[in-house]
Amino acid sequence: MTNFTSTEMMTVAAARALKNSDVCFVGIGAPSAACNLARLTHAPDITLIYESGTIGTAPDVLPLSIGDGELCDTAVTTVSVPEMFRYWLQGGRITVGFLGGAQLDKFGNINTTVVGDYDNPKVRLPGGGGAPEIAVSCGEIFITMKQSLRGFVDKLDFITSLGHGTGGTDRADKGVTTKGPSRLITDLAIWEPDPETKEFTVTSLHQGATREQVAETVGWKAKFAAELSETPLPTAEELEVLRDLHARTKAAHSGN
Amino acid sequence: MAKIQSLSEAVAENIKDGDTVAFEGFTHLIPHAAAHETLRQGRKDLTVIRMTPDIIYDQMIGMGAVKKLVFSFAGNPGVGLLRRMRDAVENQWPRALEIEEHSHAAMANAYEAGAAGLPCAIFRGYRGAELVRVNPNIKFVNCPFTGEELAAVPAHRPDVAVIHAQKATKKGDVLIEGITGVQKEAVLSAKRSIVTVEEIVDDFDDVHPNATVLPCWTVTSVAKVPGGSHPSYTQGYYARDNASYLEWDKISADREVFMEWMREHVMNETPEIFAKRVAHLKVQG
Repeated sequence: MTNFTSTEMMTVAAARALKNSDVCFVGIGAPSAACNLARLTHAPDITLIYESGTIGTAPDVLPLSIGDGELCDTAVTTVSVPEMFRYWLQGGRITVGFLGGAQLDKFGNINTTVVGDYDNPKVRLPGGGGAPEIAVSCGEIFITMKQSLRGFVDKLDFITSLGHGTGGTDRADKGVTTKGPSRLITDLAIWEPDPETKEFTVTSLHQGATREQVAETVGWKAKFAAELSETPLPTAEELEVLRDLHARTKAAHSGN
Repeated sequence: MAKIQSLSEAVAENIKDGDTVAFEGFTHLIPHAAAHETLRQGRKDLTVIRMTPDIIYDQMIGMGAVKKLVFSFAGNPGVGLLRRMRDAVENQWPRALEIEEHSHAAMANAYEAGAAGLPCAIFRGYRGAELVRVNPNIKFVNCPFTGEELAAVPAHRPDVAVIHAQKATKKGDVLIEGITGVQKEAVLSAKRSIVTVEEIVDDFDDVHPNATVLPCWTVTSVAKVPGGSHPSYTQGYYARDNASYLEWDKISADREVFMEWMREHVMNETPEIFAKRVAHLKVQG
């Protein structure tokens, strides 16, 4: 097997979480790479949806934004944004929402709004965009993000979108009927919520990653499953397809 | 009936100081030329609404033209944060900026409610989201039939909606193709509207019967401005100038660099420059 980076491992592991039958609401950045890798490998029939209204899109290069022309050109259909959020997302037609974030806690709540106080922020982040409703209207939520103390915090400065709230039955108690975050794929590991407490628990370590590394890069006391598996290595095909995709993307976005 | 006029006339007649204006466009078809003309005419104290404020609102905020921003995602798409907006929120430069922050679903529903003549939008949203704590315009109502608790936000009713589109007829009917975003809803929710277009044609006899067309009697002003959405794009005409979005990150990082850039590329320019800016981005065929 050739060498690969931890980011490539993360993207490959995230892509594998998707099924051929999924209808997936795709966030920009890391989720977009994973979703398109899935489509170009084991899940050719997956429906990818971007919030700009493009349904069943099959971009040849990764979009720089959620509304690149490539998404519309290759889509089965493109609908208006109100229709996207009302009929398709709120209507319950999306099986998986794939999100990233600036800050994440151990219950999968996400902050993309502010660092510091809302009225007097240290850093004003872009805001939630579609995330508040994606997080509660999709069948389940996958999150992909690189581990760091800055990003994986004990307490969020702001809850932009709901994960499992304060854990346990809190999500359901808030009237939310969908499953919520069911998988967190990082550059070191795969985490899944504990069935009772809903706290993210490491279920699989990527090759070369240690428990210590995982524990040191999150702002809470990391929990590990009793039976910890090792994430299968990226295959030669997965790496080749991913690298080709990134190369095409780079060429397309730098060329003018 | 839509007036076909110059962009300068359209802005002068429709946008007043203190107005609530929605310059809409969802990555695609962002009305850059119209926003620049608004800045050149010195409009101030504007309340601006947009789902995805990006470069044009960063520019308007940085030039001190904006009193309040109503939005759901403020970023340079695919690049990062809006640095002029951050400076206004974090340091009140060049002036304090009031913000009313929503989710995309809320904003899209609010435009639709405005277009539908309703006072508010009702949708299943904001559950467990903290914006509820900081935005008093997010409330909840119970469905009178099922009792389900649903979110409610006021309808958007801008004084003016400003959009860019592919083409208009000589009468002023407007055709929007590709990612249509919330532009139709924005125009139909507004008291007045300005549409910049790539070209003006005799008729729409060749368009699909289900195409998104705003009839001329729903539009106040139409101005032909080729390239008018650059560095955003117009499907079928020219591609998105991704390099300009990357460059904006550097320009907007410094107050003086920003001011100088604005003087040179916006304040001392005319709408005609946009055609040149897209010359190298033309879509073939």
